[in-house]
Amino acid sequence: MLNKNQIAQRLAKELKDGYYVNLGIGIPTLVANYIPAGLNVVLQSENGLLGMGPFPFDGEEDPDLINAGKQTITTVPGSAFFDSAMSFGMIRAGKVDLTILGAMEVSEKGDIANWKIPGKMVKGMGGAMDLVASAKNIIVAMMHTNPKGESKLLPACMLPLTGVACVKKVVTELAVLDITAGGFKLLERAPGVTVEEIMAKTAGKLIIEGEIPEMIL
Amino acid sequence: MKKVFNNADEAIAGIPDGAVLMLGGFGLCGIPENCIKALVKKGTGQLTCISNNAGVDDFGIGLMLRQKQVKKMIASYVGENAEFERQLLSGELEVELIPQGTLATRCMAAGYGMPAIFTPAGVGTEVGIGKEIRVFNNTAYLLELAFEADFALVKAWKGDEYGNLVYRETARNFNPVMAMAGKITIAEVEELLPSGSLDPDHIHTPGIYVHRIFQGTHYEKRIEQRTVRKLAD
Repeated sequence: MLNKNQIAQRLAKELKDGYYVNLGIGIPTLVANYIPAGLNVVLQSENGLLGMGPFPFDGEEDPDLINAGKQTITTVPGSAFFDSAMSFGMIRAGKVDLTILGAMEVSEKGDIANWKIPGKMVKGMGGAMDLVASAKNIIVAMMHTNPKGESKLLPACMLPLTGVACVKKVVTELAVLDITAGGFKLLERAPGVTVEEIMAKTAGKLIIEGEIPEMIL
Repeated sequence: MKKVFNNADEAIAGIPDGAVLMLGGFGLCGIPENCIKALVKKGTGQLTCISNNAGVDDFGIGLMLRQKQVKKMIASYVGENAEFERQLLSGELEVELIPQGTLATRCMAAGYGMPAIFTPAGVGTEVGIGKEIRVFNNTAYLLELAFEADFALVKAWKGDEYGNLVYRETARNFNPVMAMAGKITIAEVEELLPSGSLDPDHIHTPGIYVHRIFQGTHYEKRIEQRTVRKLAD
């Protein structure tokens, strides 16, 4: 089973040279720590920055320079600032190569729910609905089950949707799965995790073909 | 053409109760601090506020919420604000949550003189309920209307007597599109310069969009999530 940093490490293998990438809040943010050396990846922050760098050193924080999670950050050489309309313009126009975001539920058809739990305080969708509606390559990073132990990979989402048929891949602490026309296709299992455990914790349709290899981090 | 005002109190004079306001900023970054404080002092009420966020309990739009000056909030994300939550749950505050890109683009449309836009954000979700859908190239889009705001309150880094504005880093965010969208746009700047001081090639918002401008004071620029790394990292 992977911890959150290892999930981020596995996600980093999805990055390709020259990619423009938007990382959501939570586990996706950690992916920035595992970008392979020599790979040129530009991070987009939807509040208006391409070329996001690491957190600043203590005392070097700049209140005018934050990411979409409102954290103080830095820029890397070659970065660019722009306004919010242009930011979502480049997202809508498909210029961002990869979007990694968290989710509360994902369906076997690629629907995603990650913004609202009825009856609880609703904080809003932020940029998530725009991202999932437009990005051509969306990977969800999340735990396989919720705190109650119930599967988050479902036949259909029960929570209000953020987007429809948009998720391409899911990476959890147990497995890597592609969303295909037939359902969740198991690609890899985490070290020490059996196919049986993944089957038991996946409520949506699971496709298993041949030997499932263990992930290489 | 006199656009320069002495201070926030003079610049916001004439904003009536019940006005529809746009307020620039993302979180607490690039918010019109001086205008908000002046509105709090004046006590203007029954306001509709269009802004990406609603501030925190003791800063930004949160200061206006605390005084119950806001009737309706239109935003994309409203966490981190206990008073907001209390007013929402008690029914005192009306809230409309819309996707962040839709919010920005509805401002942009107003500033570009377009009545509406089509966006795929929210199709198939509760955001799309009751909205017109059009299909282009096999993809469904929602029809979303341009915003109509009586006043836009924006914050820039530098400005000049003509109202030309330059923003700094990610404090730009919603400010340029809101500046373009207000029927009356009030800009507060950290540094107000004589005409001709700004390089015309570097201006982000041309002064034609700005009706009132003043140099703000005592910028707090509060940081919402201070995150740092250690020297060893």
